[in-house]
Amino acid sequence: MRNLFRLILRYHYVFLFLILEIFSLSMVVSYNNFQQAKFLTSSNGISGYFFENFAGVFQVFDLKKANTELAEENAELRTALQHYQLRSANNSKSSYLTERNPLIAMTRDSLNKIVYFFTTARVINNSVNQRHNFLTLNKGRNQGVKADMGVVSAGRVVGLVTNVGDNYSTVISILNERWKLSAKIKRNDFFGSLSWNGRDYRKVQLNEIPYHVPVQNGDTVVTTGFSGSFPEGLEIGIVSEYTLGSGSNFYKIDVDLAVDFRSIVQVALVENRQLKEINKLESLNNDGK
Amino acid sequence: MVNNLLKYSLIFIVSVLLQVLVLNHILIFRMISPFYYLIFLLLLPYDTPRAMLIFLGFILGLSIDAFTNTLGVHAAVCVLIGFVRPAILNKISTRETRESVSAPRISTMSLNWFISYTAIFVTIHHLLLFMLEAFTFQGFFFTLIRAIFSGILSVTLIVISQFLFFRK
Repeated sequence: MRNLFRLILRYHYVFLFLILEIFSLSMVVSYNNFQQAKFLTSSNGISGYFFENFAGVFQVFDLKKANTELAEENAELRTALQHYQLRSANNSKSSYLTERNPLIAMTRDSLNKIVYFFTTARVINNSVNQRHNFLTLNKGRNQGVKADMGVVSAGRVVGLVTNVGDNYSTVISILNERWKLSAKIKRNDFFGSLSWNGRDYRKVQLNEIPYHVPVQNGDTVVTTGFSGSFPEGLEIGIVSEYTLGSGSNFYKIDVDLAVDFRSIVQVALVENRQLKEINKLESLNNDGK
Repeated sequence: MVNNLLKYSLIFIVSVLLQVLVLNHILIFRMISPFYYLIFLLLLPYDTPRAMLIFLGFILGLSIDAFTNTLGVHAAVCVLIGFVRPAILNKISTRETRESVSAPRISTMSLNWFISYTAIFVTIHHLLLFMLEAFTFQGFFFTLIRAIFSGILSVTLIVISQFLFFRK
């Protein structure tokens, strides 16, 4: 017994090493399912504080571009608004709305009730240099942010809220190998699954599009709205390259992202007020299995 | 003692903040990004207790993880670095230097020695880090290339910062 104590005392650092290493690795393993990650994310108060106070310093360089984008979006929304007013005046359907601006067209359901609500937030931290990238926003639970809200920049998909702190929230970016999003080719409505292969921060990959579907360079890829977090028809990017692997039934499609992830400053959060109901219905289906 | 505590706490805070607020935003050729914060573990005194090294490695890694949403990845790698540091230092330096000077610095050792010292640890750190981050052997070659070129950048930054801030 005394020898055992002596051994432990002598090699105490080896035991400490083993304990801490196993603890860290088990965190890595459990964290690989991003939905289980609940503690020590960048939405905690301390990292949020630093990000919020330092974000401005670096974002100054991106402001000019962000300004232009916001102005463009403003102009587009103003045009859409006019058509909207015209439509309510004439009480006739304006096709411009549905064609040009999904943000307005898709926010209503068939009973003319508003389903999607938008609020804005500022990006205080963002990375593109990892395999699993996240953004941190300056709004949290106290400001009404909830998990599973969609995040868009100028009407283009950025990511999904995963963790919500009191005043900050963490967003999983499209540039994260652990997130898959259903997306479709706008021209012919064939849908597949969109994910990132961890290489180029300007390109994501659209998979599961069968080989008989006509695909062209320059096709727009948009959201399907299946998940309920995004309205249908939000732009994701443009097809830049597609190949059909030998013996494969599916295309490998590279999509150039519409959002420049290195210069995101301002984003909009999309809230689906019917998401709870959708999830409840879908879980009923799963229980029946 | 108190002086040392203050000094190393300051190095810890500055290197973590520099990493997460500035260096994490660097991405060259769409694949190279430096991990500079390791400098804290490299600069600790020779006579730091082994358990202390491992524990500090854990705290350092965890702090980085909290900012970058990579829970456990940096912690696991830094704990290992803390564990192997004494063994590697025993190999590459003599007992006399370890007893005569307090900590590994460019001012007390030669430039060549400091570069190879940094390079050894950065290599271990980056290879493990990038592989653990990828968490797959798919695209192993790409991960390797990223780790090597990022490592070169990290070594350069650490050595340059030695000239700038730790010249005595």
